[in-house]
Amino acid sequence: MLDARIPSGAINEHWDNHRDSISLVSPANKRRFTIIVVGTGLAGASAAATLAELGYRVKAYTFHDSARRAHSIAAQGGINAAKNYPNDGDSIHRLFYDTVKGGDYRSRESNVYRLAQLSVEIIDQCTAQGVPFAREYGGLLANRSFGGAQVSRTFYARGQTGQQLLLGAYQAMMRQVDRGTVELHTQTEMLDVVVKDGRAVGIVTRDLVSGEIASHPGHAVLLATGGYSNVFYLSTNAMKSNVTAAWRAHRKGALFANPCYTQIHPTCIPASDEFQSKLTLMSESLRNDGRIWVPVRAGDTRPPDDIGEPDRDYYLERRYPAFGNLVPRDVASRAAKVEVDRGKGVGPLANGVYLDFDEALRRLGPGTVRERYGNLLDMYQRITGENPYETPMRIYPAMHYTMGGLWVDYNLMTTIPGLYALGEANFSDHGANRLGASALMQGLADGYFVIPYTLGDYLAPHLGEGLVPGDDPSFVETERRVTARTEGYLSIGGSRSVDWFHRELGKVLWEYCGMERSADGLRRAISDIDSLKEDFDRDLRVLGTSSTLNQSLEKAGRVDDFLQLARLMCVDALHREESCGGHFRVEHQTDDGEARRDDANFSYVAAWDWNDGHEPVLHREPLTFDHVKPAQRSYR
Amino acid sequence: MHLTLRVWRQDGPEAEGRFETYEAAGIHQDMSFLEMLDLVNERLLTAGREPIAFDHDCREGICGSCGLMIDGRAHGPQGSTATCQLHMREFSDGDTIVIEPWRATSFPIVRDLVVDREAFDRIIEAGGYIGAPTGSAPEANLTPVPKETSDAAMDAAACIGCGACVAACPNGAGQLFTAAKVAHLNLLPQGQPERWMRVERMVETMEEYFGSCSNHGECEPACPKGISLDNIAMMNRDYLLSKIRNRKLGGY
Repeated sequence: MLDARIPSGAINEHWDNHRDSISLVSPANKRRFTIIVVGTGLAGASAAATLAELGYRVKAYTFHDSARRAHSIAAQGGINAAKNYPNDGDSIHRLFYDTVKGGDYRSRESNVYRLAQLSVEIIDQCTAQGVPFAREYGGLLANRSFGGAQVSRTFYARGQTGQQLLLGAYQAMMRQVDRGTVELHTQTEMLDVVVKDGRAVGIVTRDLVSGEIASHPGHAVLLATGGYSNVFYLSTNAMKSNVTAAWRAHRKGALFANPCYTQIHPTCIPASDEFQSKLTLMSESLRNDGRIWVPVRAGDTRPPDDIGEPDRDYYLERRYPAFGNLVPRDVASRAAKVEVDRGKGVGPLANGVYLDFDEALRRLGPGTVRERYGNLLDMYQRITGENPYETPMRIYPAMHYTMGGLWVDYNLMTTIPGLYALGEANFSDHGANRLGASALMQGLADGYFVIPYTLGDYLAPHLGEGLVPGDDPSFVETERRVTARTEGYLSIGGSRSVDWFHRELGKVLWEYCGMERSADGLRRAISDIDSLKEDFDRDLRVLGTSSTLNQSLEKAGRVDDFLQLARLMCVDALHREESCGGHFRVEHQTDDGEARRDDANFSYVAAWDWNDGHEPVLHREPLTFDHVKPAQRSYR
Repeated sequence: MHLTLRVWRQDGPEAEGRFETYEAAGIHQDMSFLEMLDLVNERLLTAGREPIAFDHDCREGICGSCGLMIDGRAHGPQGSTATCQLHMREFSDGDTIVIEPWRATSFPIVRDLVVDREAFDRIIEAGGYIGAPTGSAPEANLTPVPKETSDAAMDAAACIGCGACVAACPNGAGQLFTAAKVAHLNLLPQGQPERWMRVERMVETMEEYFGSCSNHGECEPACPKGISLDNIAMMNRDYLLSKIRNRKLGGY
């Protein structure tokens, strides 16, 4: 049985009780520990900066040329916090409640409560760092309401909130680099975790410019390496986002939790052609003022301006009068799919729905609309060549975020002692569906305020122990395997590019493990993925050598890991005989097409064991709900 | 569209570079510039030739990874647009397009179109932050910031660190990048305690790596985020004030 190490007492005292009882490492002793942080996004950079301030020796790794380029930078809409500045009824309990409910009762109450508590401190921290959050004329911080919330608790920096929060964390980390307390390795990709006597003792990396494989010992390893949406090929993630660090840890013994919990974002720009390399997200803050509609009649190809009000179906407002256009992401996404599948899709490929600012432009005026959404609307125009101030935008759901990830306990430690997972790389806080503006909150909570406390509890008993040297057999053997794997891709000498395999994998997953899943489809997907993986091992073609910058070679390793992960996602989706959040099984829906959970049988975290590559083995962490009573979610 | 590409190829930092010419047929106008390069790479691979290395990641104009000199212009012909947001509808059938990496000695070429912009990180390290150790922050609304100030700080903070400003500058100067960060932090009340130290250290670090600014103003139009030259004026003013009045010792 998995022990999540949830503290005792009333839920609002869990974190305090825990902090009061776990071990500390004294300031003088912290510098005797070397901490490895992989990834420099919100979670990684905030953890590296904070741990270095505390006195730990931190080594941070990113495959980018600068830590500032992590994909956290692309988050647009905002960050939630229970500040209740607008005096509209928000509280820590309400943020906690909304997050558990939004996650469709598949998250761990205790973690979520802590997240809501820490949200308040994050805003203080970021403001002190100079994050230019939006402000009112009186000089105080502004808030807005964000997808699925009935209070205004979202802080934002225009449509670039992720950028500004990341730059805050990046700058805090660079300050430590300047002081010599963080050793930063750029253009360095982690390719394996080193485990000795059951504990994480370091990592093996490849220098992406020189190709050098190297060992890096540490007393603890923190993975803050993001999510795995790119397994779908077309997603809103950056092109380099991948699962490799987490997957390599999984193969070394870390359980992987809820891989089938993936989030489709409702407001992205629809694909325009077969060469599409990624999908661009339009912040769902647009749903605050934009109205979503399709033509009433299927196959209506008239331009939007020619379709009068009676011929328009504002289907979210019609189906969900209470929440309207602001229903949670999973609900909004599926509703769009229903309309497009009915033949009501709009645009040249009939693959989108309208998001219309006409009413907002009349109500607020173009100035206010531009102030709120200007950069998003400009981006839309640049990509599509259409002017959203004059004609409705076209949007469609796309893969965006993954709630699943490495299983962690309350301390954020995986099932490998000394190995931690932070931010999107772990599974812990969002259940089966994440609410808008909560990813930034979780990444920063983990990095700034959770790991600095919980890490000491693991390290304290190991005080005085040296690092496992880089020439230890555990490192030598890992380096050998990493080298063999890397060289192996070059020696296959097949005929197909790594991108080809990635695209094919994406098609299979989107079809069978995307917005809707069925048992038959998932079985088919597993068999398709198995044969695709066989083809990959036999027919991949990567040119060049391993001793220079070789972008195809980098990608080969990432796609190899995606192929393995994709299979596990389907296995997980097949075993979960219910619908919840982002996981929608067509066999399990209510009469009006909403997700139907099965709390009696599936109220648990599914944590999978790699099992040496044989059929994965399921471990369960039962979920109990003492404070939020599970109910059928209703947004009517 | 049928295009002819002249692309800078260079096998490594020390290797001799050269232009190679590729025919790019069947290019759709809705493709992004980088998707066009993806397609060219796919065809090169099929022909048994190594793909063109180029930097890119988010492909939505915010990570700052991409950056190409396209027909001699940083990020190409469309204003306020990063290379990844440039679409082929900006070009015409039959065009010849010259594609080069950023041209600046402070950004050494890693391979083909990929350059190393680490010098930017050195400038940030030197003071592009506000020292606010985690946990020590006061309640956020204790310090009101006038909306105009906050907006101006945000305008400057929008910089994505792509390096187009340096590439566009005849001197390879790093003023616009540095000034954007100085302005973002020096405008805010939270940034005041380190204001003078920040500007001195950042400017002096910048000068170690980059050329000198001689007011050509090429940087602003090349900037995909429209960062204003005004920031350079503010940086220069703060630098001079700090030097002349020795504010560092004055304590404010």
